[in-house]
Amino acid sequence: MEAAVEPGNLAGVRHIILVLSGKGGVGKSTISTELALALRHAGKKVGILDVDLCGPSIPRMLRAQGRAVHQCDSGWVPVFVDQEQSISLMSVGFLLESPDEAVVWRGPKKNALIKQFVADVAWGQLDYLVVDTPPGTSDEHMAAVEALRPYSPLGALVVTTPQAVSVGDVRRELTFCRKTGLQVVGVVENMSGFVCPHCAECTNVFSRGGGEVLASLAGVPFLGSVPLDPELTRSLEEGQDFIRDFPKSPAFPALFSIAQKVMSEAPARLS
Amino acid sequence: MEEVPQGCPGTGSAQAGRGASCQGCPNQRLCASGAGAAPDPAIEEIKEKMKTVKHKILVLSGKGGVGKSTFSAHLAHGLAEDENTQVALLDIDICGPSIPKIMGLEGEQVHQSGSGWSPVFVEDNLGVMSVGFLLSSPDDAVIWRGPKKNGMIKQFLRDVDWGEVDYLIVDTPPGTSDEHLSAVQYLSAAHIDGAVIITTPQEVSLQDVRKEINFCHKVKLPIIGVVENMSVFICPKCKKETQIFPPTTGGAEVMCQDLKIPLLGKVPLDPHIGIQEFCGHHPPKEEHFLSS
Repeated sequence: MEAAVEPGNLAGVRHIILVLSGKGGVGKSTISTELALALRHAGKKVGILDVDLCGPSIPRMLRAQGRAVHQCDSGWVPVFVDQEQSISLMSVGFLLESPDEAVVWRGPKKNALIKQFVADVAWGQLDYLVVDTPPGTSDEHMAAVEALRPYSPLGALVVTTPQAVSVGDVRRELTFCRKTGLQVVGVVENMSGFVCPHCAECTNVFSRGGGEVLASLAGVPFLGSVPLDPELTRSLEEGQDFIRDFPKSPAFPALFSIAQKVMSEAPARLS
Repeated sequence: MEEVPQGCPGTGSAQAGRGASCQGCPNQRLCASGAGAAPDPAIEEIKEKMKTVKHKILVLSGKGGVGKSTFSAHLAHGLAEDENTQVALLDIDICGPSIPKIMGLEGEQVHQSGSGWSPVFVEDNLGVMSVGFLLSSPDDAVIWRGPKKNGMIKQFLRDVDWGEVDYLIVDTPPGTSDEHLSAVQYLSAAHIDGAVIITTPQEVSLQDVRKEINFCHKVKLPIIGVVENMSVFICPKCKKETQIFPPTTGGAEVMCQDLKIPLLGKVPLDPHIGIQEFCGHHPPKEEHFLSS
């Protein structure tokens, strides 16, 4: 029987949720950021752990590029992205000398840093820790799942886009979840249709329907479809708070509903 | 491929064979003797194999989902339009092998012969290899750590019987990690023509692409140029243009000017590409790709 793990720096974290895909460019970091913002608007304290070591996107999305990471007795202090200190963030992006610096590491070195990110960041008291991952089913994912397993994560939010080439990779990610014993909280279909601002015609730019079919075949919940919205893209590019600034956007109801479903999953786990 | 311990310091590391995590590894003695740091004999073997391949092009990005595989497939088909040009497409995205689906080759199997693995031919002059052909079900996940992925890439480069090839196009996964290092390392003696880097217009992509460009400089890989994909969306109903992925920092054009790298072209977002990939149809000829 394994000895109980020292809770350490994750002792004050109530719920951990991983955002996975398998496919690149489907919007994992976008959904991670928007989920964190939506949870913050619901009054929660949120941390974001960005374990995409080669392509750390989140600092820019929260206008935190170039911020320094400080040390305290318990380890690294995560970067607070807002004055109220309701969202904290850790990313390899903060450890690079320049934003163009490439992290050209093989697996073992990536694994070591991810273990440190899980064990040595002083998160303090958090309602939710959202873990954003790179595409794939490899070192980073295995390292993150292994390191987080003792803390019983809530599960994984799996992001796809509608087209077959994404669904193809995301099926493999669902297999990864099954094999590693990670519960799937649900599937999110991103970039689901685009409404032309000139004529209001909705075009399925990246095909249609794949996410819902995938969720149904795999027997996991479908959490919703988020449409393409250039305002959302622009907001992320400029590090704005989309949830606050664009409540009338077509993407808003879907993002808000996804956050609600994650929160409704959480109390069920307390008992 | 032998299992390597989780904390493997890497065969080239000073700690190779000596670290705590090396205990019990079948290669421990080999690494401790310094043999692990010697050049991999496969590099010479691959150099020999690549003598029948005239041009080698890597398709990179750094960012996921920008259309590397789509571009690679279009480029391969475009080059193979000339029946006398022999084209090979190698998919080294081990975790997310998209090429079989895009080329309409799902379910195809790879065969072994005396001269090695046979690629799957989609046309007489266009052969394809991907880990996708080695998986028995579309749900099979390749949950491998770096060293095992590297082994697969080595086999793809050394053991596939491509024959006489004019162009070998290598499609890569996003990132700057094992697969990219291995491809460059194993092909180091065989001369790579260069890399084509794919991006989309927005800064979140360009951010990662600059890192990829940095990676190319670090490993001395020439950059042929950058392609900006999903540049603009043309509404099929009203034909007006919208930038779904706005170039808030000037898009690839400004980045290429700043870094003095050629911009090879801009490709618009076309919903039909997604549908055609679903059906596995031959995508239409794209002049963009041929002109470079």
